[in-house]
Amino acid sequence: MTQKTVLNDAHRRFGAKMVDFGGWDMPLHYGSQIEEHHAVRQDCGMFDVSHMCAVDVAGADAQAFLLRLLANNVTKLKTPGKALYSAMLNEAGGVVDDLIVYFVSDGQYRIVINAGTAEKDLAWMAARLADWQLEVAVIARRDLAIIAVQGPNARAKVWQVLPETRAASEGLKPFFSVAVGDYFVASTGYTGEDGFEITLPASKAEELWQALADAGVKPIGLGARDTLRLEAGMNLYGQDMDETVSPLDAGLAWTVDLVTPRDFVGKAALLAKPAQRQFLGLLLQDRGVLRAHQKVVTSAGDGEITSGSFSPTLQQSIALVRLPLAVSIGDLVKVEVRDKLLTARVVKPCFARNGKAMI
Amino acid sequence: MNVPANLKYTKSHEWVRAEADGTITVGITEHAQDLLGDLVFIDLPEVGGKLAAAQEAAVVESVKAAADVYAPVAGTVTAVNAALADAPELVNQDAYAAWLFKMTPADLGDVDALLDAAAYTASVGE
Repeated sequence: MTQKTVLNDAHRRFGAKMVDFGGWDMPLHYGSQIEEHHAVRQDCGMFDVSHMCAVDVAGADAQAFLLRLLANNVTKLKTPGKALYSAMLNEAGGVVDDLIVYFVSDGQYRIVINAGTAEKDLAWMAARLADWQLEVAVIARRDLAIIAVQGPNARAKVWQVLPETRAASEGLKPFFSVAVGDYFVASTGYTGEDGFEITLPASKAEELWQALADAGVKPIGLGARDTLRLEAGMNLYGQDMDETVSPLDAGLAWTVDLVTPRDFVGKAALLAKPAQRQFLGLLLQDRGVLRAHQKVVTSAGDGEITSGSFSPTLQQSIALVRLPLAVSIGDLVKVEVRDKLLTARVVKPCFARNGKAMI
Repeated sequence: MNVPANLKYTKSHEWVRAEADGTITVGITEHAQDLLGDLVFIDLPEVGGKLAAAQEAAVVESVKAAADVYAPVAGTVTAVNAALADAPELVNQDAYAAWLFKMTPADLGDVDALLDAAAYTASVGE
């Protein structure tokens, strides 16, 4: 059965075209995906991301648990509120999920995991916990909703609607969080823009959604969320990586701690098999649209597009791609698009951020 | 759903208008553009090209997906709507004004055999 977030009725009231996304009935757009995309780059927009699951990890062994569970190193989280992006790997070094872990206080962390993988992740964590016999409680917080407000004017709009959060969140640097009463305000996001992700009791979500709308914040669907993250060069689980893909081949080496002696699930597999591929961007030089799974032909061998679409900011098609290690940034490669071979330029996988083209 | 009564249709969501000069004008229906979302690229056929009925004639790509546009009947392409190259969104704005291509049908009788508005509406509902 399709699951619904607490904002499902609100989406319909705001004219959303709804689609099934990983078993959730979610808004694809509210009229025009491209206008929504531009709204986030140039002003601000709000996303219902309540399908993602907040998980509280608490107890005397919480840090020890996360040190073994995650490929990134949670000892980097020294200041309460700090956030860390990490992959959670299986023993073969494949990506079970990617997530953000927030350090709330000693012995208290909050993780946000993907919607389509939530049940699998929770089972995975429970099984590791049982194996390791640690004193930790892992609690899925389905009583919470998450609203992301993103764009250059996002902070100002949030403070206008929730003035009580201003003092605590004004000084938040990127990738931090702070709890203010019922609101857990984090300076994280999936768009390449400034803004907040606000976790709050589900019972209060509709009121906040409406108040933000009244303040002029536009609702944004999953369609624009995808083109925004693609322009920002951010991976999408299930598309750019999954359980069969090493984080080293998916552009996530920067999130994997192979330096410290700490052991974690998947580490041995990664050490035994260094990167086979590099994860880069493509900028289409010809007319057309790049899509996931298209074959890329290079002088060093074939590659594959993992995510592709049209970039509303660049007005050109862009893609994320796994390429042979010998390919260099700046190279021209060919992409099989339907029955044609189109030319694309290899670029760093970051196309637009903070309202501006990066290419 | 906006399905003008004066046009003919195909199950694959093309609309067809029979012109007085014996040519036909072809586009995609409002329902089709709604399914696709914002269009960002349209690949049009070569003028002068001969197409079989149901042969791929054009490609419309949205942010979401690519879709083929088929020749509704056999014939020869006589014109393409060049304005769509730089402004594919015209199809989203008015799918029945933003035509894709014109053809001279090999047999005008084939056009009469296409779906009428009621039959197309019924086919969408299936």
